[in-house]
Amino acid sequence: MCTVCGCGQGETKIEGGPEHAHAPGGFSYAPHHHHHHGPEHAHAPGLPPGRMVQIEQDILAKNNAYAGANRKQWRERGLFAINLVSSPGSGKTTLLVESIGRLAGRHPLAVIEGDQQTSNDAERIRATGAQAIQVNTGKGCHLDAHMVGHAFERLDLQGGLLLIENVGNLVCPAEFDLGEAHKVVILSVTEGEDKPLKYPNMFAASDLMLLTKTDLLPHLTFDVARCIEYARRVNPKIEVLQVSAKSGEGMDGWLAWLERGVVGAGLPAISA
Amino acid sequence: MHEMSLAEGVLQIIEDHAAKAGFSRVKTVWLEIGALSGVETEAMRFCFDAVTRGSVAEGAALEIVATPGSSWCMQCGVSVPVAERYDPCPRCGGYQLQVQGGTEMRVKELEVE
Ligand SMILES: Nc1nc2c(ncn2[C@@H]2O[C@H](COP(=O)(O)OP(=O)(O)OP(=O)(O)O)[C@@H](O)[C@H]2O)c(=O)[nH]1
Ligand SMILES: [Mg+2]
Ligand SMILES: [Zn+2]
Ligand SMILES: [Zn+2]
Repeated sequence: MCTVCGCGQGETKIEGGPEHAHAPGGFSYAPHHHHHHGPEHAHAPGLPPGRMVQIEQDILAKNNAYAGANRKQWRERGLFAINLVSSPGSGKTTLLVESIGRLAGRHPLAVIEGDQQTSNDAERIRATGAQAIQVNTGKGCHLDAHMVGHAFERLDLQGGLLLIENVGNLVCPAEFDLGEAHKVVILSVTEGEDKPLKYPNMFAASDLMLLTKTDLLPHLTFDVARCIEYARRVNPKIEVLQVSAKSGEGMDGWLAWLERGVVGAGLPAISA
Repeated sequence: MHEMSLAEGVLQIIEDHAAKAGFSRVKTVWLEIGALSGVETEAMRFCFDAVTRGSVAEGAALEIVATPGSSWCMQCGVSVPVAERYDPCPRCGGYQLQVQGGTEMRVKELEVE
């Protein structure tokens, strides 16, 4: 049971959780809605039926509050946190492994891996020597700020780079702020250039689009210029970089983007 | 599914208020859903019914109030109506648009007993 928020059983498993967890080898997370509806919650005496209760609350308010807490903590630690979002198989983990290798220990870094099942991706990251923690969302199709906050507790990171690989899904992760500085949407050139129009909310929520697997372009009819034009229709401000983790083409530009972020996050905060 | 997590969020808010405001049954739920939020109202209804089974909101009617999409056109310097995020400005045909309204996903009010 989580002492911060009281969460207990649930679908989500975070690697290396406390012993008393419900899930083997990990502790579990549950959205806080499985409360009982006992008589202590029964309606107050004397109230007429059919009364109106004003709510005016954002559906994602709870997630946004957790995201705000994560963002504050990461800013205080001088961390640059990014949330990598894409459809399954766009090359996120391959890109992370390749990036970590090229960063060659220049910055402290850690990875939070989100997948419905398996810790394969966290193991691929750990094979580079970097620290990584796997979050399995079970039936859930996205990471949320609460589970990411708990996963972060299991990492040891002060300054540097926090890389969060979200569950492969171009829909839900768009709505869930994790506390990151930027969402980075990854689109591999095998997926078709009209993805920004088909999943506009994801491209609207992201500050950078990485076109990946560009080594495959000679074999495809993917129109890079048109893809970028579509992305800018839904988000006129989106930055675009093209990379191939396989050939290494474009990796320098991507790493420079990351390093600018790390340097910016490490500067003392300007008090407002 | 997107709407499933949102329906869970709605139920969470209802249950928080059930404890605070002391009600045991919800008859009607009013949601405000923006045209650009990407929420499918039919999927939302389906998920809401599934998620609220066995809760204070089981069987509650779901009223979805749609709010229109609007964007600021940087070229025209005015706010314009848009139906989708990828729509051009209806005045100049350009795409230099910044979304202003229509992304809402809110629980507005409840009728309870
Ligand atoms: N040709 C080519 N293939 C790549 C590149 N990057 C990744 N791949 C291949 O794409 C497949 C998926 O790569 P992953 O890195 O596992 O993709 P992912 O986005 O992490 O996948 P999920 O976590 O399952 O969503 C693998 O077979 C990779 O070898 C690239 O730059 N070029
Ligand atoms: Mg992966
Ligand atoms: Zn989801
Ligand atoms: Zn215009």
